Amino acid sequence: MARRLILSGNDAAAEAMRQLDPDVVAAFPITPQTELMHKFAEFVADGDVKAEFVLVESEHSAMSATVGAAAAGARAMTATSANGLALMWEIVYIAASMRLPIVMPVINRALSGPINIHCDHSDTMGCRDSGWIQLYSESAQEAYDNVLQAIRIAEHPDVLTPVMVTFDGFIISHTAEVLEGLEDNEVRDWVGTYDAKYSLLRTDDPVTFGPLDLQDYYYEHKRQQVEAMKKAPAVIKEIGDAYGKLSGRPYGMIESYRLEDAEMALVALGSTAGTTKVVVDELRDAGKKVGLLKIRSFRPFPGREIAEALKGVKAVGVLDRSISFGAPGGPVEKEIKAALYGGGQTVANFVYGLGGRDMSMTDIKSVFEQLESIGAGKTPADEPLFVGVRG
Amino acid sequence: MPGLKQLAQREELMSAGHRACAGCLPMTAMRQILLSAGKDTVCGCTTGCVEVVTTIYPYTAWRTPFIHNAFENSAATISGAEAAYRSLKRQGKIDKEINFIAMGGDGGTYDIGLQALSGAMERGHNMLYICYDNEAYMNTGIQRSGGTPKGTATSTTPAGKVVPGKQQYPKPLTDIMIAHGIPYVAQATPGYPKDMTDKIEKALAIDGPAFMNVLAPCTRGWRYPMEESMDIARQAVETCFWPIYEVEHGKITITRKPKEKVPIEEWLKRQGRFRHLFREENKHIIAEIQADVDRKWEWLLKREELSQS
Repeated sequence: MARRLILSGNDAAAEAMRQLDPDVVAAFPITPQTELMHKFAEFVADGDVKAEFVLVESEHSAMSATVGAAAAGARAMTATSANGLALMWEIVYIAASMRLPIVMPVINRALSGPINIHCDHSDTMGCRDSGWIQLYSESAQEAYDNVLQAIRIAEHPDVLTPVMVTFDGFIISHTAEVLEGLEDNEVRDWVGTYDAKYSLLRTDDPVTFGPLDLQDYYYEHKRQQVEAMKKAPAVIKEIGDAYGKLSGRPYGMIESYRLEDAEMALVALGSTAGTTKVVVDELRDAGKKVGLLKIRSFRPFPGREIAEALKGVKAVGVLDRSISFGAPGGPVEKEIKAALYGGGQTVANFVYGLGGRDMSMTDIKSVFEQLESIGAGKTPADEPLFVGVRG
Repeated sequence: MPGLKQLAQREELMSAGHRACAGCLPMTAMRQILLSAGKDTVCGCTTGCVEVVTTIYPYTAWRTPFIHNAFENSAATISGAEAAYRSLKRQGKIDKEINFIAMGGDGGTYDIGLQALSGAMERGHNMLYICYDNEAYMNTGIQRSGGTPKGTATSTTPAGKVVPGKQQYPKPLTDIMIAHGIPYVAQATPGYPKDMTDKIEKALAIDGPAFMNVLAPCTRGWRYPMEESMDIARQAVETCFWPIYEVEHGKITITRKPKEKVPIEEWLKRQGRFRHLFREENKHIIAEIQADVDRKWEWLLKREELSQS
C-alpha cells in the first residue's frame, strides 16, 4: 500500500533511512544536508530506529567512522554536501577501495570558494572518479526511491561498491513535494538482512583491512574495482525493475523523455531534468520535435544506452551544472561526446546554474533556441556556452 | 594482573616475520598490547611504521582483526567499529565481549590525528587509544612532529650552523587528554613491560574512553645501537624525561619514582639525534632541557599530591 506523503527532499531521504534502519549513522552538519540529519536525529531520539548515531567532529571523521562501522559488518550510512564531501575526499576513495557497501546521500551544493551554500554539481562531479556509484535524483520522490535501491545495489555481491545518492541542494532538499512512500514492512522485506562477507567483529576469523598494497598487487585491486563497476549496470537495472514491481516506479540507468522522433534533445541530471520536461511538453505542443535524456546513473556511465537513445537526434545540448576548468567542456558533456563519437550528432555544451543561479523555463527555452540554430547548420561553439551569466 | 612469565605463556598475536627494524620498540609495544588485550580485540592503526611493517599485502602480522584506514583517523575509524559493535550487540546479533584499540604514532596522534582523537574521546566510545610515541615521523624519513623534543635533529629540523635542531618543546599531549576528563589516562613505555601491560589491562577494563601515551624509542631516528632500545626507554623514565603514571578519574599516581634522578645529559649523549647539543655553543640547550624536565617533574609530583588529597 502506498502512503501519500508531503516531504522535502531531505525529509524524504531521512524517511527512507528510517525505514531501511541502518546499524550505524555517522554525520556532521553542513548546509543543505542539515535537515536530513535533524530528521534522523528525531527518529533516534524517539526510538524509531535502532541505529547508533555517531555525531562526529568533522566530515573526515564521519566517513572514517562509517568505514570502521561497515568494516565491522554493520549497515553504515552518512550524508553530506559540498565542502563536507571535499573534507572526506581521502576516505571516500578508501571506502570504495575497501569495497564497503556504504550509502551516502549527497545534497548537491557548490564547492567553495567563494563560499556559497546553494546548488550546483561541482561537489559530486569532482569525485566522479572516486570509485563510488553515483545516482542523481530529479525529485524528492527519486531521492527516496534511490536511497532504498542504493542499499541493495551497494550490497549486491557482484558490486560491493559504495553508492552516493545525490539531489539538488535547496531546490529538492528544502522544497516540499507530494510523494509516495512504501510501508515499513515492505521496506523491511525489500532491504532484507545484511550479512557482511568479512567483519572486524569476527575475532575467531581475523582479517586485516587496509593493508599496504604495493607494485605487485595495487594494480590488480584497482582492476577489480573496474570489474565491479562493469557489473553494476545489470544490477542497477535488475533492482530498478524489482523496485518498479514493488512501488510502481521502475528505474533504469537513464530516462528518455519524448525522444522517439526528436530532432533536438537536452541531456540533464538532477532537478533541471524536471524543469526541462515541462519545457519539452510546451515546445512539443508548439510542434517542435524536442526531447530530454536524463542521466540517473552517472557512475557507472551508460554510454551505449545513451548513444542508442540519442540515435537520430540531430542536435544534442548537454547541460553541465559544474565546470572542469581548462577542459574543453563540462564533465557531463565530455562523457556524452565520447558516447556519441561517430554518431553524427552535433553536440553543444551549456554550463548553467552555478552557485544556485536559477535555471528557469525561459532559460531552457533559450537553450533549445540556440540548439535549433545549431541543428540548422550553425557551427556550435568549441567551448561551453554559459546560460544566464552576466558579463 | 599477570606477570611477565604469565604473559609470555599467552598466545602470541603478533606473528614473527614482519618487516620492522631490529630493535624497534614500537613493535615491542605492539606485542605487549596484544598479549595484554587478547584475541577478542579489534585493532586499528594510523598510517605509519607499524601499519607498514605489519601489513604488506598479501601478508599480515596481525592475528587479531585489524584495520588501517588513513593517517589521521584511527580514532574515528575504531569509534565507528565500536559503534557497530554496540548496535549489533543491542540487536542481539553478537554477544561476546570485544576490546577496541586504536593506535597511532606521534605524528598520527599529536598532529594530524589530534582532532579525530579528541572527538572520539569526547563522544565517550568504549575504546582505548594508544599513541606509540617515537618522537618524529619515522616512516616518512624522520621529520619533526609536535611530539619531537626540543633540540632534536630531524630531517626537517637538521642541526645546522645557525639553527641547532628543533626549537620547540613537545606538545603536552598526555595533559591534553587528561583535560578531556576521560576515565583513564596513562603514560608508559615498553621498557617497563609489567607497568605497561598492567596499565593496558586496566584501561581495557574501564567502561569508557581511555588513552595511553607510550614512549617507544626508534633506533633509526634516535641514532643509537639497536640492542640499547629497552635501556634507552628505561633511562627516559629514570631521568624523569618520560614519567610513567596513570590518571584514574582524575587521580594521579606516578607508578615509578626514580630513587635518584639521572641527569638528562646521560640520556641525550647516547643518541645521535642530540649529538650537536654537546658542541660548546649548544651546551646551554642541555641546561634548558634539564630545567624543563625538572620543572615538569616537580609539577607532576605536586599534581599527584593534590589529586590524592
